[in-house]
Amino acid sequence: MTGDIWQQIFNYDNYGELLVLVRNSLIAGAMLGLVGGVIGTFVMMRDLAFAVHGIAELSFAGASAALLIGANVAAGSLVGSILAALIIGALGVRARDRNSVIGVLMPFGLGLGVLFLALYKGRAANKFGLLTGQIVAVDTVQMSWLVGTSAVVLLGLAAVWRPLVFASLDPEVAAARGVPVRVLSPVFMILLGLSVAVSIQVVGALLVLALLVTPAAAAMRVTASPIRVTLLSVLFAVTSVVGGILLALGSTIPISPYVTTISFALYLGCRIVGGGTTRRARQVAESR
Amino acid sequence: MTATPLITPRRSNTDNVISLSGAELAFGDRILWQGLDLELGRGEFVAVLGPNGSGKTSFLRVLLGQQHLSAGTLLIQERPPRRGSALLGYIPQHRAVAPQTPLRGRDLVRLGLDGHRWGLPVGDRRTRRQVDELLEAVGAKAFSDRPLALLSGGELQRLRVAQALATDPAILLCDEPLLSLDLHHQKVVAELVNQRRRTHDTTVVFVTHEINPILEMVDRVLYLAEGRFRFGTPAEVMTSASLSSLYGSPVEVVHLNGRLVVVGAPGSHDHGGEPSA
Repeated sequence: MTGDIWQQIFNYDNYGELLVLVRNSLIAGAMLGLVGGVIGTFVMMRDLAFAVHGIAELSFAGASAALLIGANVAAGSLVGSILAALIIGALGVRARDRNSVIGVLMPFGLGLGVLFLALYKGRAANKFGLLTGQIVAVDTVQMSWLVGTSAVVLLGLAAVWRPLVFASLDPEVAAARGVPVRVLSPVFMILLGLSVAVSIQVVGALLVLALLVTPAAAAMRVTASPIRVTLLSVLFAVTSVVGGILLALGSTIPISPYVTTISFALYLGCRIVGGGTTRRARQVAESR
Repeated sequence: MTATPLITPRRSNTDNVISLSGAELAFGDRILWQGLDLELGRGEFVAVLGPNGSGKTSFLRVLLGQQHLSAGTLLIQERPPRRGSALLGYIPQHRAVAPQTPLRGRDLVRLGLDGHRWGLPVGDRRTRRQVDELLEAVGAKAFSDRPLALLSGGELQRLRVAQALATDPAILLCDEPLLSLDLHHQKVVAELVNQRRRTHDTTVVFVTHEINPILEMVDRVLYLAEGRFRFGTPAEVMTSASLSSLYGSPVEVVHLNGRLVVVGAPGSHDHGGEPSA
């Protein structure tokens, strides 16, 4: 029995042949890791972890609506994400308002998604995949959509990087210095919506946080240098996705538990490594 | 500077960095202040006092070009105010930084140099040197590589002074920068601002609800209350008679061991601006 389960979780028969088949998935996974790792540092700085979860649920509603009416699922999830991101951005300028807006939106989105899926009479695997992820074989169309969206997010972030950091740290001072703080906020939310929509294709709506929050949160435990945080966060996210795909290969289980477990393990490791340094530094700071 | 001859004579006879005339700020039918005529020269240190909601912070927002006057005119170095102008340095009140913020002391200072520019923070040697000089100027070298979240309020405020000085501003706008600092750090931060004024002839507009930490530095006081104002030297404004007529109710100014204590001013002892945490 135990052996059976183990066999299901880790099965590496014909590994070499399988590897060739998932080449596209690996590239897609690495791309998503890059996007998740980079945007994750801003998600943490702007205190938007909960918003990521809220956006994911509405993205799920959009995707399942698309599945039901036979439209493009990726487009449906994109519409859901961006709508959610803009609503959360517009209604929740202050953190406290934001959390209640998200708390209200999230179950509504999830409920809509469940409704659409209940009405859908197609393959069950399609339904399950939206929530828990499916990156088995990424075809060329999906691939170009995914790479294109990721490129938009990365280029967008690169363009607004410095003012976004400034506005995230100290909005009043940034505004005094001429940073268009009120424009940056919705711009960032759109980029975040795009990132959530692409990530959902891989890890599913329920587990997006593992890609958009955990790697950055882990990196911030061990360093405060902005460059190192970004690099580490990307490294962790890519390792999680690509590692997850490689481990899941050959098993019948979806990829998401592998991804979430790797990213959680990395976070734990960083907490242990960073714990000591942070405590020591804090003692020094307090002794002054 | 390519000043046309027409403008040059005007500049020579007015040495004013900030000039307001007939300035009024109102939100709807609530008038915060009106008829404000103010000429601030180079190197002048002005304290802006008044109870909460009297328009102190709005006054700064007007100078920053973020808020338009309801009436009257404002000129900053002979020009209308402009958002994000490098002529102005802004020092905010202390707020703690979120834990795990991925920035160090030097990164905060650097935002003052190029945080408003688009694109990635590609650093060159020149930027690094400028940041080092700014850190040196406020005595923040020792903690420049430490994470912001691990710095004390006094250390953070020093860095914020350095950040505000990044553009070599002609005017420093300070929005309650001493709030929630201990006495020692209040003194350190106020002294940094004053030192900058001395060495660079920088005009300082200092919004505060507590004049005592800066009493010795202040040239003039702008006291806002009840939709009216008083403007003059501390000796002129900070008297029982002047404040009583401003508030329209009896207010007493008591001198106590070199400190000024205002007794009976409606709302003036409300320290509601302080963060509760």
